[in-house]
Amino acid sequence: MTTEKPKMKFDNKKTTDILKKADELGFSKDDLIEIYSTMIKIRLFEEMADHLYAMGKVHGTMHLSAGQEGVAVGTGLVMRPEDYLLNHHRGHGHLIANGADVNKMMAEFLGKQTGYCRGRGGSMHIADVEANNLGANGIVGGGIELAAGVGLAIQMQNQERIVLVIFGDGAANEGIFHESLNMAAIWDLPVVYLCENNQYGMSADVSRVSSKVPFRGRAEAHGIPGYYIDGNDVLAVYEYMKQAIDHARSRKGPVFVEAQTYRYFGHSKSDRNLYRTKEEISEWRAKGPITRFEELLMKADMMTDQDIERIKKDMTRIIDEAVEFAENSPEPDVNNVTEWVYA
Amino acid sequence: MPEITYRQAIHDAMVEEMRRDDKVFLIGEDIGTYGGAFGVSAGMLEEFGPDRIRETPISEQAIVGAAAGAAMVGMRPIAEMMFMDFILLAMEPLVNQAAKARYMFGGKATVPMVVRMPSGSGTGAAAQHSQSLETILMHIPGIKVVAPSTPYDAKGLLLSSIRDPNPVCFVEHKLLYKAKGEVPEGEYTIPLGVADIKRSGTDITVVSSQIMVHKTLAAAEKLQDEGISVEVVDPRTMRPLDVDTIAKSVKKTGRLLVVHEAVKTAGWAGEVMASISETPAWDYLDTPMRRLTGKDVPIPYNPNLEAAAVPQEDDILREIRAIVNNTY
Repeated sequence: MTTEKPKMKFDNKKTTDILKKADELGFSKDDLIEIYSTMIKIRLFEEMADHLYAMGKVHGTMHLSAGQEGVAVGTGLVMRPEDYLLNHHRGHGHLIANGADVNKMMAEFLGKQTGYCRGRGGSMHIADVEANNLGANGIVGGGIELAAGVGLAIQMQNQERIVLVIFGDGAANEGIFHESLNMAAIWDLPVVYLCENNQYGMSADVSRVSSKVPFRGRAEAHGIPGYYIDGNDVLAVYEYMKQAIDHARSRKGPVFVEAQTYRYFGHSKSDRNLYRTKEEISEWRAKGPITRFEELLMKADMMTDQDIERIKKDMTRIIDEAVEFAENSPEPDVNNVTEWVYA
Repeated sequence: MPEITYRQAIHDAMVEEMRRDDKVFLIGEDIGTYGGAFGVSAGMLEEFGPDRIRETPISEQAIVGAAAGAAMVGMRPIAEMMFMDFILLAMEPLVNQAAKARYMFGGKATVPMVVRMPSGSGTGAAAQHSQSLETILMHIPGIKVVAPSTPYDAKGLLLSSIRDPNPVCFVEHKLLYKAKGEVPEGEYTIPLGVADIKRSGTDITVVSSQIMVHKTLAAAEKLQDEGISVEVVDPRTMRPLDVDTIAKSVKKTGRLLVVHEAVKTAGWAGEVMASISETPAWDYLDTPMRRLTGKDVPIPYNPNLEAAAVPQEDDILREIRAIVNNTY
């Protein structure tokens, strides 16, 4: 069965003149370089994760977000330290974009005691509750289940914070999606729903398994403003997520944003990419978020080949150090396997 | 001591705790003006307002999910399932989120929430509104399961459940809501995980919970006249289960019967018996351990069929006599 992909128009305008756009959004040249660097950091983390897996150093599975860096970085920039994050299983990029420590991430990935979850969670469950990161979730739509409650707690305590829940296109077809959106809408909860549409729920093409795309209409059906944007345009992501998060923070109720993107690696390690073509993957790689941002920066003479080389070198060093930290970290003590079931 | 109903005891525990701690709130269906399907929250909307008596759409997964989310960020929600049967719609946030968050995140999250749920048959509500599903909940590490049988236990255990830093499933038997019992005025708590000997005896230990405690006590009274002395142990908390108290009783009596309304196969009677078989109390048993449980059927509608599906006082009498007289 072939699926003809529907033509879908983004709500955002494509970023073409980066100087003008940066000026509009209040970004300096250094800010733009920082955005680029963070995207590189995520890409290198994911490539290293893939490499470590290939080397047989990773016990479990993993879900890599290479190709989706634009959504992560454009969103992470808007988040304040007091804001809550509910993340999905392909969440390494969002963690890095929200300032997570890559040493602790890598240590968790390798199941070490020094990892964010002391080796109990692994890649799929990285959380840092003290820093308001309420965890990546192994259940599709798991974060959506919790989001309205976090929003309710914020509202009941009259706080100036928001909860951002990020999920994939697959989760938009879970029943809880509607239960949660309805609940957030009737109570005007400060919840920002970010649907990171990477086109495939495992192998299922989103347009084949969804009655209507983009999902914006489903949010609008609940009276929630919805946007469909180009997730590979990092500045457009920032622009729309800023509006969305400001909207929720100013107590105007929930917002829904769907960011269109694409994952380069398979769903997980068992994926042989039987459901998509090599051509499709190369096409998307050519219009990936890092490539596009790099081209814009180069065209505007804001970054040189030497800058790129330096940034990649710096970020490679950080990732290498994270691996070193993780590899040299102790294993959890098996005598403590039953610790922390109950508080 | 004043006598109040089981319903009132649960109501009072919530009200008193909500007055004491502004992080506590009630969330569920029809809990406001209607007062809850069984009237437990009657009048609470007037005192606490719609923010803290948070009436929801019919969305059980979202209710329990919202309770878990709010609990993770510092609130102490009490979620009400209209019937215990409906927790099945919300098993995902209960089991995969609330129960696991602490462990999965390396001990760095706490989820202090209570899910209250009316269980049991006897109301003619048939198969989807009459189940006793506590065993399913007991199977999940990270959850505590409480099942009180008296107004006194209900109030003291609910206060402890609300203050507990873990997800607690609080099972209320719907036939007990009108049952009366002595409850002291003012605050008191009963620790979770501690069984209570509801009647002392020397010939047989009967472990029963909720409505079965009352049926067992009535049977025990009659058996006293026949010269059979029955000890009735009410676990009160199903998980963690107080095996020590049961084992101690079995050592004394040398016989064990477990009675529950939940169906037999993989019911918690099996857990009690297996636990006893692992303790030195096993050596004190004079007869095989027995269980008297709900039959392995969905609860039927017809009142005679409904009564026949779960243990009644006569069944308990018969079973105890058979064990004590070695005629089982």
